[in-house]
Amino acid sequence: MDLHLRHAAPTDEERAAVDALLGAPSSAWDGGARGNPLDGHVSYVGGRTTRENRHMLLSALRALQARVGWVSETGIEYVCARLGVPPADAWGVATFYALLSTTPRAPRVLHVCDDIACRCKGAAELIEQIERTLGPAHAHAPNGEHVSVDPNGTVWMRSPCLGMCDHAPAAFVQQAGVEAVESLVAEMTVEKARGLASGAVIPNEQRESRNVGSLRTVASTSPDSSTALGMTTQIPQRGQPSLRLLRRVGVVDPESIAAYGASGGFDALRRAIEIGAERVIDEVIASKLMGRGGAAFPTGKKWEAVAKQVARPHYLICNADESEPGTFKDRVLLDGDPFAIVEAMTIAGFATACERGFVYIRGEYPLGAARMQHAIDQSRAQGFLGQDILGTGITFEIEIRRGAGAYICGEETAIFNSIEGYRGEPRNKPPFPAQAGLFGLPTVVNNVETLANIPLIVLEGGAPYASIGTALSTGPKLFCVSGNVTKPGVYEVPFGATLREMLEMAGGVAHGRALQAILLGGAAGVFVGPNELDIPLTFEGARAANATLGSGVIVAFDDTVDMTQILLRIASFFRDESCGQCVPCRVGTVRQEEALHRIALRKPIGGVAREIALLDEVGLAMKDASICGLGQTAYAAIESAIHRVGVLNSK
Amino acid sequence: MTAVHTGPLVQLQRPTIATDRSRRTAARTVTLTIDAQSVTVPEGTTVLAACREIGVEIPTLCFLDTLHPVNACRICVVEVEGARVLVPSCSRAAEEGMVVHTDSPRVKHSRKLVLELLASSVDLSTTPQVAEWIEAYDAKPQRFGPPAPPAPAGTREAAAPGHHDEPDVRYAATVAQPSTIDNELYVRDYAKCILCYKCVEACGPDHQNTFAIAVAGRGFDAHISTEFAVPLPESACVYCGNCIAVCPTGALMAKTEFDMRADGTWRDAHATTDTICPYCGVGCTLTLHVIDGEIVKATSPLENPITQGNLCIKGRFGWRFVQNRSAAAEDVRGNGAH
Repeated sequence: MDLHLRHAAPTDEERAAVDALLGAPSSAWDGGARGNPLDGHVSYVGGRTTRENRHMLLSALRALQARVGWVSETGIEYVCARLGVPPADAWGVATFYALLSTTPRAPRVLHVCDDIACRCKGAAELIEQIERTLGPAHAHAPNGEHVSVDPNGTVWMRSPCLGMCDHAPAAFVQQAGVEAVESLVAEMTVEKARGLASGAVIPNEQRESRNVGSLRTVASTSPDSSTALGMTTQIPQRGQPSLRLLRRVGVVDPESIAAYGASGGFDALRRAIEIGAERVIDEVIASKLMGRGGAAFPTGKKWEAVAKQVARPHYLICNADESEPGTFKDRVLLDGDPFAIVEAMTIAGFATACERGFVYIRGEYPLGAARMQHAIDQSRAQGFLGQDILGTGITFEIEIRRGAGAYICGEETAIFNSIEGYRGEPRNKPPFPAQAGLFGLPTVVNNVETLANIPLIVLEGGAPYASIGTALSTGPKLFCVSGNVTKPGVYEVPFGATLREMLEMAGGVAHGRALQAILLGGAAGVFVGPNELDIPLTFEGARAANATLGSGVIVAFDDTVDMTQILLRIASFFRDESCGQCVPCRVGTVRQEEALHRIALRKPIGGVAREIALLDEVGLAMKDASICGLGQTAYAAIESAIHRVGVLNSK
Repeated sequence: MTAVHTGPLVQLQRPTIATDRSRRTAARTVTLTIDAQSVTVPEGTTVLAACREIGVEIPTLCFLDTLHPVNACRICVVEVEGARVLVPSCSRAAEEGMVVHTDSPRVKHSRKLVLELLASSVDLSTTPQVAEWIEAYDAKPQRFGPPAPPAPAGTREAAAPGHHDEPDVRYAATVAQPSTIDNELYVRDYAKCILCYKCVEACGPDHQNTFAIAVAGRGFDAHISTEFAVPLPESACVYCGNCIAVCPTGALMAKTEFDMRADGTWRDAHATTDTICPYCGVGCTLTLHVIDGEIVKATSPLENPITQGNLCIKGRFGWRFVQNRSAAAEDVRGNGAH
């Protein structure tokens, strides 16, 4: 392959950003200086080693974005030269992610959540106020058009769910520069927006480290440990003795390996090594643990399938691309108990013969990424990770990969493409990840919460663990309760609680208000009515009620919410987040949104009943013929709102 | 703080293309049932190939024998008993005991909707066979509302991922836009693009290894683009035209054909002559397309084992000298005779 490069050189800043990640180039063959430019063509003779680093592409693009505030042609071409990626391919990747800007943009960006849970807490009104105060939202300028950018400026944009539903309305702020800063903002207000737009220091600041494109927390150097504990101190059940998954969150310093060890940390890893890989898998099978990311696949079965694959190496991925609207449990675990995730990944890697694991954290979780990086570094330094773990000869490495604004990358095969440096498009199954996953090799993909159960299972034993909850839904479960409840947050219960109990735990709707509908399982889940509160929140209970637990989302809507607007938002979400690969989803999500808008504006083609029939038909084709779960569930919530809750009845 | 760089990772090896031919050599066979007919095929045969073996017709758009199946268009879906969703027959391998239905209500529904979704958003006027399928599946693309007018050039490329304008309820959104004519050899008419990925595969790993184009953008705004959306002459394109050869809709078209269609002088039924390309020692088979005694286009047969439909810029576009009657050309010819 001949790389066709249009530009001679990147800017100094761009070069610095990329070199800080990849190291200095070794020669002209990988982007270094050369004396004799040959017609703009660089021949990559023997460039295989260069091309093998393509998996650094997204990290390199993120590094450019963090340093310069946008991803320019010269920057992309330099990355291409460094990694042997054709510029057209890199352009395809750069234009896939919402957190990357391929046109010049002010260095400070406020991403204001416009999604369903935040809308219950006034996000729509907040956005109107911000629009009045700061002007219209930032939009891409057409290609080639000259844009002037204020080097000290701030722009704002709407954002899909930021996983901060317990602190709604939320925002995410990015400040580009040598010392790049990113942070989630809780309880966003127009005053906060105005302050941030006029240069206020970003709260809970996270600095982009210069060498890996990962983050280092500033709070860790602070002597005041209450700042270090950050926002996760606010989990409502903090410190309750019944907690298992959340027992350390907000109680044990997430940045201290000593505190982790003193609270039973790494006991499970020692135990796992003692009993051996096969026994660990047996215990996980006996525990009947089901995946907590939404698909509810038996974890032990998945591990067993990978462990027995002959092809090597095997890979492990911890899926922390939590982006399902209404979901924030994984953020709480990453922020609040990162060592437990490192330990669980190490056990999983050991059990399934992986020597390398990735934790793919959504781009909007800077604190979680910083805490995980810190936990990985500390664990390695103390011999719990890396080569020769605990002197046993076992090797396991963890690398962080960060998303850049794409819900689809949480899909278990899209995550492979994203890590490999391709567009985050899902792959067709079969082959399944256990056979051909990351880099075409056997891969375990587990959700953060799923992994958080592993140390419990290893220490308690699979059978005792399975006695928690119900016969078919075992163990403790995290539910993300948000929307119009008085105490939103992550709640841990043994499987078996009803929807009513969970809502009561979260304080129910405000006094004087009535419950209108509940969304279970997120945007890909289903709405149920206030008459269905006795649904048991177990896999089998939800299935029997023709509902789903999904990722453990419970969003309550009271009688102040315009449900039609919520449906429009969900339709808009899927239209935005469809990767565009397959026809049913790419066009179907557009037709779905159009039909809902026609109904909402009282301009239906041939009457509302006909429009609903059209929605049903498009929805069925998306469900039946889309490549992945996104398209297959893009109509699920809307369908249930229409046919189960009767949201459009008055139209 | 230390960062681990545990070195390069193994690159994904693309599997061999599942063409019928290559699969016939497999030693083991599987027996499956397609529409109540039992059929035995070599292991690894796709469901589509097995269907074709027994004469069951399946419509395809993004599938081509010479390319890796990307199973993106979903028109070839079939129902496999026991599977939760429909499966793309073009890429799914036949399995022992598989029971396949190619004409069930679910299959017909999804195919009809795929046709409606495509035909309501894309200009399919030069897509062969699609009119027949639209009739056969009773697809009614107009039921989503009148098609939106063309977007000004450059606006679709400028859409930011994860953001879009509120829909205009007067219209059904389309990919309509002006044709891109930025070179003498071929036209890119993306109003006709169904995003089948074939041109990207042909330009990249499957055939040409040039990687001048890729899919850019996301969702409905996804589109085929050169690097930074630059005009073709500024891109990595080498004008082999192998993308034109695989395009199923006429979105990529030789300029000669495009101009003749615009003038109304093009005829789909025209004479073709197979010959050998005169330029180099490879000896690619050329199919010359002739209308009114003039060569109007050159292609190569997809089933040709040497070319698999591919040519280079010379074979595909360098035939004009044959009929160049200008004085300058006569001069060259005269000089050459000395």
